Amino acid sequence: MNDVASAATLDPVTLAVIENGLQQVCNEMDLAFVRAAFSPVISEALDRSDGIYHRATGELIAQGELGLPVFVGTMQFGAKAVIDRAKDLAPGDVYIVNDPYLGGTHLMDVRFVKPFFYRGELFCWLSNTGHWPDTGGMVPGGFSANATEVEQEGLRLPPVKLFKAGRMDEEILSIVLSNIRIADQRIGDIKAQAAALAIGEKRLTALIDRYGRDTVETAIGELKARAARLMRARIATIPDGEYYGESYVDSDGVVDEPLVIRLTVRKEDTELHFDLSRSSPPCRGPMNSVIATTRSSIYLAMKHIFPEVPINAGTFDPLHIADPDGTFLYARYPRPVSGCAAEVSQRIAEAVFNALVPAMPDRLFAAPAGTSGNLALGGHDPARNRNYIMYVISGGGYGGNAAGDGLSNGCSTIGISKTTPIEVMEQYYPVLFEEYSLHEGSGGAGRRRGGFGINYRIRLRRGSARASMVMDHGRTGPRGALGGEDGGTNKVRITRAGRDYTPPHLSKDQNIEIGPGDVVAVSTPGGGGYGDPLEREPALVLADVGRGYYTVDHARAKFGVVLTGTPLGVDEAATAALRKARATASEPTAAQ
Amino acid sequence: MKDGDSPAAAGSIVGVDVGGTFTDLIAIDPRTRAVRVAKVPTTPDNQAFGVLAAIKASGGDPARLSAVVHGTTTTTNALLERKIARCGLITTRGFRDSLELGRRTRPTPYGLTGRFIPLIPRELRLEVRERMDADGEVVEPLDEAAVAAAARALLAMGCEAVVIHFLHSYINPAHERRAGEIVRALWPNAYVTLGSGVLSEYREYERGVTAAVNASVQPVLHRYITRLGDELKQRGFARELLVMQGNGGTVSSRIAAEAAVNTVMSGPASGVMAAAYTGRQAGYPDLITYDMGGTSSDVGLIQGGVPRVSAELELEYAMPIHVPMVDVHTIGAGGGSIAHLDDSGMLRVGPESAGAAPGPICYGKGGTRPTITDANLLLGRLNPKGLLAVDSPVSMQVLADAILAAVGRPLGLDAEQAAAAIIRVANDRMAGAIRMVSLAKGHDPRDFALFAFGGAGPLHAAALARELGIPRLLIPARPGITNALGCVVADLRHDYVNTVNKPLPALDMALVRHTLEAQIAEGRATIAREGVDVDGIEVLHEADMQFQGQSHILTVGLPGVDVSREALHQAFADAYWKRFEVALPEIRPVLVNLHTAVIGRRPALPLDALLPADGRARDLAGAEAGKRRVWFNADRDSGGGWRETAVYHREKLPAGARFAGPAIVEQLDCTIVIEPGDRVEADGFGNLVVSVQASTP
Repeated sequence: MNDVASAATLDPVTLAVIENGLQQVCNEMDLAFVRAAFSPVISEALDRSDGIYHRATGELIAQGELGLPVFVGTMQFGAKAVIDRAKDLAPGDVYIVNDPYLGGTHLMDVRFVKPFFYRGELFCWLSNTGHWPDTGGMVPGGFSANATEVEQEGLRLPPVKLFKAGRMDEEILSIVLSNIRIADQRIGDIKAQAAALAIGEKRLTALIDRYGRDTVETAIGELKARAARLMRARIATIPDGEYYGESYVDSDGVVDEPLVIRLTVRKEDTELHFDLSRSSPPCRGPMNSVIATTRSSIYLAMKHIFPEVPINAGTFDPLHIADPDGTFLYARYPRPVSGCAAEVSQRIAEAVFNALVPAMPDRLFAAPAGTSGNLALGGHDPARNRNYIMYVISGGGYGGNAAGDGLSNGCSTIGISKTTPIEVMEQYYPVLFEEYSLHEGSGGAGRRRGGFGINYRIRLRRGSARASMVMDHGRTGPRGALGGEDGGTNKVRITRAGRDYTPPHLSKDQNIEIGPGDVVAVSTPGGGGYGDPLEREPALVLADVGRGYYTVDHARAKFGVVLTGTPLGVDEAATAALRKARATASEPTAAQ
Repeated sequence: MKDGDSPAAAGSIVGVDVGGTFTDLIAIDPRTRAVRVAKVPTTPDNQAFGVLAAIKASGGDPARLSAVVHGTTTTTNALLERKIARCGLITTRGFRDSLELGRRTRPTPYGLTGRFIPLIPRELRLEVRERMDADGEVVEPLDEAAVAAAARALLAMGCEAVVIHFLHSYINPAHERRAGEIVRALWPNAYVTLGSGVLSEYREYERGVTAAVNASVQPVLHRYITRLGDELKQRGFARELLVMQGNGGTVSSRIAAEAAVNTVMSGPASGVMAAAYTGRQAGYPDLITYDMGGTSSDVGLIQGGVPRVSAELELEYAMPIHVPMVDVHTIGAGGGSIAHLDDSGMLRVGPESAGAAPGPICYGKGGTRPTITDANLLLGRLNPKGLLAVDSPVSMQVLADAILAAVGRPLGLDAEQAAAAIIRVANDRMAGAIRMVSLAKGHDPRDFALFAFGGAGPLHAAALARELGIPRLLIPARPGITNALGCVVADLRHDYVNTVNKPLPALDMALVRHTLEAQIAEGRATIAREGVDVDGIEVLHEADMQFQGQSHILTVGLPGVDVSREALHQAFADAYWKRFEVALPEIRPVLVNLHTAVIGRRPALPLDALLPADGRARDLAGAEAGKRRVWFNADRDSGGGWRETAVYHREKLPAGARFAGPAIVEQLDCTIVIEPGDRVEADGFGNLVVSVQASTP
């Protein structure tokens, strides 16, 4: 099983050392970018990634361990798009590009791509992506809920050289800065993003100096082969067969009907074949996904399932994804796409989880909340006489799993970020948070229950503002698994001048005018339950009720546990009888 | 009776450090320069027994000790094992779940499972009406009756400690303080913690958890220290009992429990303090410290003789402890790290560890998977007779077979080559981690000397230094008891942080001065309250700064309380350029936090006495214990082989000895490996100073 004949040309220790060295180059780029960045989306939410890519194919060679998961797969497509268009390359050139259709995500994810020369010869490409807080368009922050063409979403840059032989092109810079909001701080992000690549260049040069160009080249090829082998070994543990999973996007933000992702996964030998072709057709609103994001979503889902497999192009070798032509998962110009990176990507990953959880019940989990919960509040603060854009990005519950209950308030499937503290938000923006609490009852019931979402309530203190949101799971909660119940749904309620307003599309809306004293209230989804709730130990249900996670009524209705008395205790006899009656009643459904 | 002629360490200052396996003690008599050491098993259920046993083993009479400085893992263990006090929370209405919801994270970037248990369970978290805004203005007044009712309810639910944690208390603590008065009037003990009292810094989750940590370990620490103090008193000890803190300073046992959170991570901190002290004396003020133990390694940074202190510790997933502590990073590689091949045939070392049980194969306690320690043994780097903690000796053949089976055969290597490969991969990973730690703080490791200690640190340090391009390596006199030494040499230290958060142009410089002066006054008052002899008081100031709009901070040193706006700006711009090579004249800097450390210097101790002068050989040959075959990886990156290598007794090395690698130096609890080409000199402070041959061409 551990045949290593192919590695005969390179000793195994050097290989391990070079693998570690390439990883370090990327980690150092990640670190420099985050520490120097201005965009809180990069510096706090870690919405960025740095990597090394093959000089001709753009294939992923190595990527930082703390890069945003959704960029794991996309950046190699982005690098390829630049390679195809690059000419007259010189050391110190840096391309800037954010075109979603050229291997991207949405416009806010701005990519820098830099040719890396070793002793005068092109050796590979270094690239990073960072989420800028704004790239123009009809809504501050870029998350339009009802754009119908990409031009409404913001400035679209094809690959152009922002740096030529190490010098910044001030003219291109001025075009960029003239087309985006709060432009004054972007120069800091641009310098940070370029400085990270320069640090990568230095470290990679040192690595090649030390081990020699040919040895590093050989190691890169070998590492790719080994990652593929490792992924294949993991896939081999899945029983052969065809698995089906689906998930729903509430709406596209324009037409109020759900979009369906229908995924068939066929496992054959050591390979997986993903077919999304029966999903909904392209949509009018911004919930279309570009192909790079669609593919990357499947990659990142598999990485969540097999986190121990290292990431390079080889990891993706055994994963075959048919182009989902004719669906909203293969968007072409000028389809609007601002929702794809943050929301559709997570629904695709969810379809993968839903499909494979019966195949690997010990490793997988019920569906996580899986929405980024983007809320943007753009307004004017009269007390400080300045405009602002405030983002709230929320977590939700994770799914129950064989090892235990789901985590509460975990971050999105595609992210690894932390929330901004309320004490920081209130320093910067004219708002008062009235509540930041656990969304009771939202964890899907199961033998292992889902984690809980959150509730928050924001009151505008002065001036006026416009609220926009791109969230999901307002219509249906994250799926339960193996008999577990779905998690609770996402809810948005805005109270204007004392009157409540609920967005017609539940989780997506834009430019809702609010004034002083008005309140935006959001509850985020809980995770899906795992296994039959009637099998949950009554003592755990009692503890959950004692903590206020569920009510006494929930205990009875969801878990078949009867709680009585003061202090509250489990009525064993009544619980046994109720569970027995419930099990009998549900048998026909379970057998379907 | 003369103090000086008793071997029983009369008048000594005693440092005792409690580790996971051993309790270490060092006693130094400043006048006679007599040094005694002891190593006894740790007594996990009550660490005090181990402490007393160590004092006894060192031959010390408690009645005649001048001070006992104690490094304890009581609070760290209590947290990690969740053996904490039942603690309640009174907080701002709408926010009782903030301590459970955290900062929206997961334990690892990939994989969507994991566990988090809040320190204070939900039913013990109560809310009251009150609210400040971000400017410290009252939005809603404090409901005082509700505070009293909440305190009574928590007592009725059996709480022993309580936290009062309100939003924005870092800017205006009035509500917290008033609530504190109300609760203290009702609470039967002193275990009442105010969020702003422990940490006057913004970020409600971090401040709240830090306060919750303090409250939940306060009763535990208080009981432990009281018991230890009583035991010592019964044995006639009448002087000062000091407790090590995570900031590398000590605090009187009389007030240690007030800020119990400060004692978390004091063990690693004391090791770094010993390194700083040793480095200052030996002329190496800039050090990277490397403490390698059985399951993990700790890395710290010292600049200008002062250990780097930071307030960003995360003790475990989602448990941030934001009081200033010596900045020590833990790497998941230690002697017990297991070597294995992954499914693609790549050699991996760790993160899985054989731990103390079963431990490495060579311990003979049932371990079957090869570890770093096993590889060291097979390669002759460790002496089979010198191993501590061995149950029944295992033959070299068994060891070789195990390494061959797990690593060698699948890779086409013989047992020795396989063991060498394990060492090389492990060193490479550790070097990478050290590089990341120093780079993350904006430093180039090549500007430092490496200070290696702990049971296994000196085994690997020479190779690590070479890998990192570090030119000098320092091995202290007693690598195995460095933490205990740190207790003895540590100063009193109290740290204060206040959030300012104002752009420089809008900054009130009088406020800066006032804040720093208030911090100094509080530190001086605390030191006075402790009643411990100090040689003098030293004050250090730092500022956390950033450019407006950033969220990460860069810390810069301040010359004094009278710093000018221009000087602040310049210091920050310089530090920023040094770290990122980026200049941003376009953007305004912001002063985020002001720090002050108030340090009560304790009398200096002689280090040259750590290795006794008697028993030294007259020349190098006299210190040689013999020769043995030791495997060294080659100077360049591949190959390697056996070398006939001289083995020296550390205790017998003559002062000023010089020799060249390859060499092995053995002492009671530690083995030092000197790589071929490196040169060693024994300095006048008991250290071996190794000049490391550069590795890169």
